[in-house]
Order: sequence, then C-alpha cells, then structure tokens
Amino acid sequence: MQYHTPDSFEDAVAIANAATGTTRFLAGGTDVLVQLRADIVTPDDLIDIKHIAGTHDITHNADGSWTIGVAVTGAEMSEHPTLKNDWPGLVEAMDLVGSTQIQGRATLVGNLCNGSPAADSVPAMIAINASIDITNATDTGTATRQVAAADIHTGPGKTSLTKGDVISAVNIPAVQPNSGDAYLRFIPRTEMDIAVVGVAVNLTLEGDTITAAKVVLGAVAPSYVTVTDAANALIGSTLDEAALDALATAASAACNPIDDKRGTIEFRTQVSGVLAKRAAVIAYARAKGANT
Amino acid sequence: MPNDTQKISVKTTDFKVVGTTPDRPDGIDKVTGRAKFGADAYAPGMLHAAIYRSPHAHAKIVKIDMSRAGALKGVKAVVTRADFATGLAGENWNILENIMASDTALYDGHAICAVAATSALIARDAIKLIDVEYEMLPHVTDVDKSMASDAPVIRAGTADKSVPAGLGENVVRYHESGHGDIDAGFAAADLVIEDTFKTEATHQGYIEPHACLATLDTDGKGEVWCCTQGHFNVQKVCAALVGTETSQIRVTASEIGGGFGGKTVVFIEPVALALSRKANRPVKLVMSRSEVFRASGPTASASMDIKIGMMKDGRMTAASAVYRMQGGAFPGAPMEFTSMCGFAPYNLENVHQIGFDVMTNRPKQAAYRAPGSPMAAFAVESVVDELCNELGLDPIEVRLMNASHEGTKASYGPTFQRIGLVQTLEAAKAHPHFTAPLAENTGRGISCGFWFNHGGETSVTMALSEDGTVALSVGTPDIGGSRASMGQMAAEELGIPYEDVRVTIADTATLGYNEISHGSRVTYASGLATIEAARDTLKKLCKRAAAKWGIDEDAVAWVDGCAVPSGANAGDFDPLPIGKITRSMGRTGGPIVGHYEATPEGAGVSFATHIVDAQVDPETGKTAITRYTVVQDAGKAIHPTYVEGQFQGGAAQGIGWALNEEYIYGTDGRLQNTIFLDYRIPVASDLPMIDTVIVEVPNPGHPYGVRGVGETSICPPLAAVANAVSGAVGVRMTQLPMTPPHILSELGKKARAKKGGANG
Ligand SMILES: Cc1cc2nc3c(=O)[nH]c(=O)nc-3n(C[C@H](O)[C@H](O)[C@H](O)COP(=O)(O)OP(=O)(O)OC[C@H]3O[C@@H](n4cnc5c(N)ncnc54)[C@H](O)[C@@H]3O)c2cc1C
Repeated sequence: MQYHTPDSFEDAVAIANAATGTTRFLAGGTDVLVQLRADIVTPDDLIDIKHIAGTHDITHNADGSWTIGVAVTGAEMSEHPTLKNDWPGLVEAMDLVGSTQIQGRATLVGNLCNGSPAADSVPAMIAINASIDITNATDTGTATRQVAAADIHTGPGKTSLTKGDVISAVNIPAVQPNSGDAYLRFIPRTEMDIAVVGVAVNLTLEGDTITAAKVVLGAVAPSYVTVTDAANALIGSTLDEAALDALATAASAACNPIDDKRGTIEFRTQVSGVLAKRAAVIAYARAKGANT
Repeated sequence: MPNDTQKISVKTTDFKVVGTTPDRPDGIDKVTGRAKFGADAYAPGMLHAAIYRSPHAHAKIVKIDMSRAGALKGVKAVVTRADFATGLAGENWNILENIMASDTALYDGHAICAVAATSALIARDAIKLIDVEYEMLPHVTDVDKSMASDAPVIRAGTADKSVPAGLGENVVRYHESGHGDIDAGFAAADLVIEDTFKTEATHQGYIEPHACLATLDTDGKGEVWCCTQGHFNVQKVCAALVGTETSQIRVTASEIGGGFGGKTVVFIEPVALALSRKANRPVKLVMSRSEVFRASGPTASASMDIKIGMMKDGRMTAASAVYRMQGGAFPGAPMEFTSMCGFAPYNLENVHQIGFDVMTNRPKQAAYRAPGSPMAAFAVESVVDELCNELGLDPIEVRLMNASHEGTKASYGPTFQRIGLVQTLEAAKAHPHFTAPLAENTGRGISCGFWFNHGGETSVTMALSEDGTVALSVGTPDIGGSRASMGQMAAEELGIPYEDVRVTIADTATLGYNEISHGSRVTYASGLATIEAARDTLKKLCKRAAAKWGIDEDAVAWVDGCAVPSGANAGDFDPLPIGKITRSMGRTGGPIVGHYEATPEGAGVSFATHIVDAQVDPETGKTAITRYTVVQDAGKAIHPTYVEGQFQGGAAQGIGWALNEEYIYGTDGRLQNTIFLDYRIPVASDLPMIDTVIVEVPNPGHPYGVRGVGETSICPPLAAVANAVSGAVGVRMTQLPMTPPHILSELGKKARAKKGGANG
C-alpha cells in the first residue's frame, strides 16, 4: 500500500490517475480505516487530502453561500458560530454521525463518497441543494466541475465519481428568508448506530404558507429518494393535519426498502412517514424563526 | 447446586473495613492504560496466529489443503485437528471438537485449522490461502425446528440416558422436577393462564476479545498468559487437549476486560500451544470481534411454555413449565438451571417443570451471568404479571403473598434456609419509584429473580512481610473488584489498614486448584478462604507472642492488629503490634504464612426484585427505559459501591437482552450481525441512572453473611422490561428482543384487531 500526502488537488488528481489498483482518499478515515482493519478493502494507494490548503476551512461567501472544505469535520461544523443558524438541519445531520471521537474526524465528503445509502448527512445535503466541486485532469491541466450532491450516490457502495475525480469542496447555497431545514433519523438506540430511516426536510414560507419544499429520504431504497409528491403535499399548506398526513403517505409510498438485520420493509415504510412529519414540523418552526 | 449450611458463626456488626468503599487496587492501572490485558503480552521471537473458520453452518470437511498457506513467506507453523490429543472423551472431547473441528463444520465460524506467522497481517493473509473442500449438509438454528422429527441431525447418538424415548436426535439431555399435584392445583384455581415465550441467544458482549500468549516446548512444558475467568481450568483443559500433564502448563491470568461467564471456557489457548509446539516459538492469538461473536459462547436461546393457576385473592395454586433450550452444536444448554430457577421465588404446593437441551448448528453456548435463569424469569414473571392484570391485583402484593421464605420447599427440591426475597419485595414496595406517577405511553414492570450462587474449590495464601504488611494470593480472577473485597476482609480480620494488604491473582503454580470465577462465588468462597487464611495467620502470630511472653497460646488474643494477653492469668504485657512480631519472625520460627484450602458449600441463594419504567413511542415502537430500580439481597455488602456496580451491570445487560440484542441468522445459517454496530448492546445514553437498594439478609454459610451478587442482577430485567413494555403498549410481549420493528408490528396487529372488532 502506498500512502500519499499531496499538498494540492492537482497532485491528488495526478496520483489518483496514475494509480492502477484500488484507490481510496483519506479524509477522516472513519470508513476507510475501519474497512482496512476489518480486511474489507485494502487500498493499493491511499491519498490523504488533509494536507491540501483550504481543506479545513468553512467559508461564508459574500453572496451568503457557504464553502465547506473537504477535510472539515463534523465537530468543526457543529462548533462553527453561524453555520448552524443558516442550516441547522445539515449541521444536526452531520452531528449525528458516530460519537465524539468520530466527530473529530468524519467529513461530509467521506460520508457521501463511502457510498452507503444510509449516510446521515447526505439527505440533508440533497434537501438544501448542496453541490459538490469535482476536480480532475483535462488535456490542459486540471478543471473543476460542479455536480449536485443528489447526483453523486448511485447505489449501495456506488458513486458517479470516475477515475481521477477528487472532490475539492462542498457548496452550500445561501439560505432564503423564512426557510428552515431539519433532519431526523431512526435508530433503535440513542447513538452509535446506522440510520434505519433518515428524512431531511427543507421548507420556505410566505407568512404561514409553505411556498417551497424538498423532502429527501435515506436508508429506505438503494439510493437517496427526493420525494416530489411529499414536497407537493406541503407546498401551499400551512402544515395542517391533512398536509402532514399527505406528506406521510407520500414518504411511505416512495420507500423501496429491504428486509435486513437493521429493520423490516414494513417498519421502514411506516417509520419514514412518521419521521417525515416530525422533521417537517421542526423545519416549519425553524422557518418561522424558532431556534430549535 | 448445594446449599448446605456449615455451622459457622456469622459476624454482622462492628466492622471497621468491611462495608467501606476504598479504591480498587487495579484502579490506577486501568484508568492510565497501564493494566495488562490478554493482548498486552509480548515475548521475544513471538509469532502471531490466526484461525481459519467455516463459512458454512453445517458441512462435511472433505479436504483441508494448507500447502499454499504454509508456503507463504513468514508462515512458521500450521495446525489441524491432527495436532491435538487423541482419545479424549466427555467434555474434553466436546471442547476440542468445538475449538478445532475433526470431520464436520458444525456452525458458521467453527475453527478448522490455524497458522502462526511472523506478523498478524501475514497470518491473516495465510488464512485466505487455505483451501477447504466441503460437502454441504442441511442445517438448523432454531430450537423448535431442531426438535422436529425431520430436523437435520447434528450428531447422532449424543443424547444421554436422561432423554425419554421418542424425541428427536438433537434432544440430548432432559430434566424433570417438581412436587405436589399440578392437575389438582390448576383445577382449584380461579384463573389459569398459559402462554408460550421465546428469547433469542445473546452474547455477554465483553469488550476485550479472547487473547493469549502461549509457549509449549517439545519437552511438554508450557506457559500461557490469557484473559480468563479461570486459569486453573485453562491449565487443566489445555494439558488434556495438547496431551501433556496438568502441572507442566503454568497459566497466568491477565487483567480481564469483561467475561460475564463467557471467559469460563477455553477457545484459543490450546491452539496457540499446539502452534507453539510446532514452531518452537511463543505464539500470540487474539480473536477479532466477529470471531468472538461467531465462535465464542453466546447464551442459549429458549422456547418456553408456562402455565400458572391463581385464586382471586392472588394465591398461586399450581405452576408448570416446559423449557426448550438451544445450546449450539454440543450438549450443555443450561435447561436444568432454567427449570430450577423459574418458579424458585414462589412457595408452591404444586409445581412441575421440564427442560430439554437441544443441539443446533450454532456455536457452543457458554455461561452468561446466571445461565438459564433470566429466560425462565422472563416467561414466568410475564405470566404472573398477566394474572395480576386480569385479576386486578397489585404485582408486589401478589408476589409477597406467594414468596418463598425460610423453610419453603423450593420448586426444585431443597428447603430454603435464610433468604431475603420478602425483604427485597418490601423494600421495592417502600421505594418511591413504585408509587411515582407514570408519564404518557409508559408502563411499569416488576419482576423477581433467583440464582443459586456457588462455592467450589478454593485455595488462598496469606504471606506476611517483615514490615507487617500482607501479600494475599488468591486464585480467582478479579472480574468485579474482588481484589478490593479480599483486601478488606483480610484487613478486617487482621485489624490492619486496607492499604497494608496487596492482593494478587496468583498463577497456577502458586496455589492449589481454584475453581473458575463463576457462580457468583468469588466474594463468597475466596472471601471465606481469605478470612480463614487470616485466622490461620492470626493463630501463628498469637503463638509467636505467647512464646515471647512465655505464656500459653490460648492466653493470647488478637485485638486491633495487636497480640494482647487475654484472660485472668495471662499476665500484664503491652500489646504487641503485627509489625513487631513480623520484624523478628526470622529469628522466632521463620516466615509467617497463613493459608486455607476447602470446597465451601454454604453459598447462600439470592433473590432480587426490579422495578422499571419503559416509555414506548407508539409511532416507531422505540422503547426508552426512563427509570430503573434494583433491589437485591447481598447478604453483606463488603464493598457497597462494587455491589451496586454488579446490580447495575446486570440490569444494563438485561435491558440490552430485552430490547435490542440478538443473534440474527440468515436462511443460510450464517450469523448476520458479527460486529457491535449490528449486535446492539445498550450504549451509555440508552440507560437511565440505575438506582440500587442493597438488602442485607445474612447468609448463614459465610463468616460475614456474604451472598454472591454478580448473577442474580440479570435474572429479573428481561421480565421487568417486558412487563413494562407490555403495559405501555397494551399487548403482552412474549418474544425477546422487543425491537422497534417487533413492537410496531404488534401495535399494528392490535390496531387491526380493534378495527376488525369494531367493524364486526
Ligand atoms: C463508530 C462509527 C460510527 C459511525 N456512525 C455513523 C453514523 O451515525 N452515520 C453515518 O452516516 N455514518 C457513520 N459512520 C461512518 C463514517 O463515520 C461516515 O461515513 C463519515 O462521514 C466518513 O467520513 P470520513 O471523512 O471519515 O471518510 P473516509 O473514511 O476518509 O472516506 C470515506 C470514503 O470517501 C472517499 N473520499 C473521501 N474524501 C474524498 C474526496 N475528497 N474525494 C473523493 N472521495 C473522497 C474515500 O475514498 C472513501 O471511499 C460511523 C463510523 C464509525 C466508525
């Protein structure tokens, strides 16, 4: 195994493109090192991206948007003084990952690229229309393209990234006025577990009425599901009982889960409706200015 | 287990050290990381071993080809069954067959061969180069299915003589006990409730995996360092399995990162010894977590039928039970304990119980805290709860009305001596928890629990140093703070400070045979032996004082750490402190060493009553344990905070067993959840503060009245939590674990039944 510590994305891309065997990038390593120790994946090339300048920064841009470096940890996001004012749902989703120790290492990008359909921060990223900067080689050097967070994960253990693709930043849009996001997951215990169901909701209001909504489910299908019917159930409503019930029905209907050791089809289907309602209530309260 | 009281006098008051809470001697080492556990041993030239395990639930081993593995650079030895002793019988054969298969893989994870290499990574890679040819056999992992006449047979002819004719080949032992006339008792009852219950196998979940470092020379002399609850047993078993004499193997017990019964058995040490003998180098072997789950000893799973009759006023008229226990591919599921414990809390005129020990394609079960008892309590106490609900009776009053007490003929035969069940029930009734208001969607569960406790072979030595301090050697690995308790008992007897006693878990070459640290026996039996060794030491100290003073030995007494003249004609001498006697012991007769060896048989049985509140989210089926109180009879708490620790630990593990822990097998017979991510033990935030009440009804069989406390604490929680959850959701929960999907599906059935009822 070759361990690399490039100090630029250009070098990282070059190393990745030159590699011929199994390649992994090392962000927090909370997936990569666990898989290595458990003898699941032993990379031939391990490319540590943490030495690249800027990868540890959380930047609030002039237009109100955010740029989150690819080595920024869950703990750094939670401890940031203002990020969670704009995007509490994203921060709480990432904060659910693992324990205090894991939080000191785990990253958004690692969570996304590990390829699990049950990663906690991914529904939250998709719900708020986050996008991903991908850097790779071109004929003239390197170039960076922007891809929606929703388009990275394609199935269990699979992403749309191709050889040489290195994620170089996560872009979070500027928050709209009267908006709120929220993420809830179901686990049988209180922590240290993988989501059996995950639901992210992002809402914008005009007065009491919802004018825009996005509902994203995790862990209930081979990949993340953006549920348009669920969003439509909310848009135009004031989150009354009928809207909540329609939301739950739409969320449950969008599930395509499996029976496994972590939960049954019946359970996942039912609970995604329950969590969708609960997450919508929180997002709505946040959109109305509640500090929850 | 025997419960004969020896005629000894019991001291219950005026303690100076006993009942206080000094720091444990291993505390600093453990919090600083200096403590040496099983995997912390190194030896020059040491090799690392790895074990190849069956990926199949049941398969004939046609051929093992280790040529590619053996040729890998760095591999120094390979072993198969052929490298172990032959001609073994009985349990030794079972153990060997379990740790190294002969001709059939009996479960997913069954060891088939092993390698030793110069690094752990090379050993791991060598395992991948082993080619084993299998012939697949049908498998069975469920206890009820395994009892069916058409079930795949695990090993024909295994059943012992206890098994009645006509049962399947997989039923290998049978138990039946009871007294009175149950038919008459049920006929007399106002209400009879009968129900069937199931529990899944769980694992003790100790954080430290099995680990050892072993050396075996070609002359048959060996050394083993390992984490174990019983190094004398490791010594005996290893010697038999590698074919040498017991005394030629010296075993040292490391610090232990949890055992709970699971480290009373031998899995890897003989393998490391056999590899060492072949490679002529020390060999270290450390299990991975998934090896621990797949191939150590989880508890039995159970399928149980319970029937209890009750009068309107709460009096029980009769009780019967059938317990079907699955213990893996070998005999040993603790069905006789299950049978004997279930109704032990109740004073029953008519009682009957049957137990079946059933083999399946699962790992050989091992002890887990009060083996067999928690499942019985779950089933029995659920039916008692249901009877109380149906008859509108208070669950504690009903248990008090029927409680076993001194003189009761126990459901399993003997007559109880002094016991503390009633006292635990009274204390539970008086506890504010029992009458606290309940929050929404919350139920409160009550359960009693019982465990025999055990004595067993014990040997202790107490050597005095010149400065009057004490080296106490015990042979029972410290799995719950016992070094502190031993130090306290020694200090109490000798009248010296606790800090003046250093307690060591001595190796197998230093003491006589000590039974395993199991059966909640350590504070009772090693404690008794420590007290007796101290008294032996005191006699020797008094003799030296008598000689010095020129008076009769009988005229010297021991008071507050000093020899003093005692009696009218003893004379007038200044008290002689221990340090003064030891300072000159070389000149007055040589070293002063006290010792005690015996098999104490007065372990007092112990009872507990638990109260738990469980809140269930009706939309997700998720349970939160919101309040928990353990009330248990300790006889005498030598170190009260460590007694509380045992109470709380048992409750915590019981909560896990009740809610989320289970062995999950796929249709292919392979274990699905072999890591802690998916084998869900409670995390700290899952548990409330577990409140404790220590009841002290002295055990007449111990000089200070000690009863074992380590196991009884896990007997009530399964039932108590199930009763609380059943109350919260309005459905009788008859299967463990009560996972959210399980509870939600029961709630769905209830809602559909209600709807159906309303429509019809
Ligand atoms: C104890 C424990 C608990 C956990 N709990 C949770 C949980 O509750 N919820 C949850 O969702 N997850 C959980 N995880 C999984 C893991 O912590 C998360 O997925 C985490 O976010 C991964 O981030 P990382 O930085 O550690 O990724 P790494 O392990 O460093 O990398 C993961 C993957 O991302 C790829 N990658 C990393 N950086 C880049 C890049 N810049 N460009 C391209 N690819 C890249 C790597 O090649 C690798 O495939 C847990 C893990 C552990 C060990």
